[in-house]
Amino acid sequence: MSSSSLHAAAGVAPIAPSPAAESPVRTGSAAGSPPAARAGSSAVSGSAGIDPRGPRFVAALTAVLTVVALLLGTGSAALVVLAVLAASFGLGVVRGVTGTWQSRLFRRFVRPRLAPPDELEDPRPPRFAQLVGLVISGLGVLLGLLGVGPAIPVAAALVLVASFLNAAFGLCLGCELYLLGVRLRAARANA
Amino acid sequence: MSPLARVALVVVVLGLATALGALWRARNGRFSPVAPAVLAAAGADPAHDETTTARLTTSDIDAALGSRATFVQLSSEVCTPCRRTHAVLAAIAAERNDVSHVDLDVATHLDLVRRFDVMRTPTILLLDGRGAVVGRMSGATDRRQALDALDAGCPVIA
Repeated sequence: MSSSSLHAAAGVAPIAPSPAAESPVRTGSAAGSPPAARAGSSAVSGSAGIDPRGPRFVAALTAVLTVVALLLGTGSAALVVLAVLAASFGLGVVRGVTGTWQSRLFRRFVRPRLAPPDELEDPRPPRFAQLVGLVISGLGVLLGLLGVGPAIPVAAALVLVASFLNAAFGLCLGCELYLLGVRLRAARANA
Repeated sequence: MSPLARVALVVVVLGLATALGALWRARNGRFSPVAPAVLAAAGADPAHDETTTARLTTSDIDAALGSRATFVQLSSEVCTPCRRTHAVLAAIAAERNDVSHVDLDVATHLDLVRRFDVMRTPTILLLDGRGAVVGRMSGATDRRQALDALDAGCPVIA
């Protein structure tokens, strides 16, 4: 129930339940059902799946923009670049990562040159990552507008680390942070 | 801040991120066995306190235990490596009738998350035939790593 409140806050419409996450899936000899064993992957490769290289390309462009922001320092030019980043993350949160301008570039210019992907990815994890990016860059823009100049490069550096890890290593920020959030909320509910 | 200092800042941040990424990648799927002494204590005294011996029962995981081993995978919905790991473990369980696999959502199994101090998804607890936790892995786990863990944690007694 805590996960549904998280998604309500993120504006993520509930998508078809995925066996891996929404309900326990038993596989192997105990359940003796190979179809159930494949249910997890079929949920991923369903029509809702996206090319996993898309979000990584989006992250790479995001990383380039944060480098530009860092090189511009603490002035209004850096603030504008960070605001553009925040707006892009906003698009990614509202429409999913495939709704961003970076993803459009990927589909238009990059994917036609690539072989078809081996596997498709669930669109929710990258969307969660977009939300994390929106919060960090949004705070940077807000503090920058309030005159706290150093907040701009700090926010840009944080977004750079996250987007670089995503682009270069395929690190899924949602997987690393989501559980901590669930634990914190549960601890607070018990307190 | 001078232009040179800004360039240096970018280089430092990227270096830091690369180091973090390398550490993260090396950790994924690595099997950490539970100390043999702890396991021996669990076997010697069946009436031993359940929380210290780390033994899981069918009711804990909502599934039957495999006679040799059970992979208890803890997943979250916002997690792509969880799906990939699910496919790997499900395939292994489907091939062997003494190994089973169960995939649980962390949001509905916070008791297990707390009891085993799970910090990231996916985390996989490896249970032996009695349900004792013999080791764990976290992060994207490939077939080779899962099979190695199975041999290390639950060797077949010939």
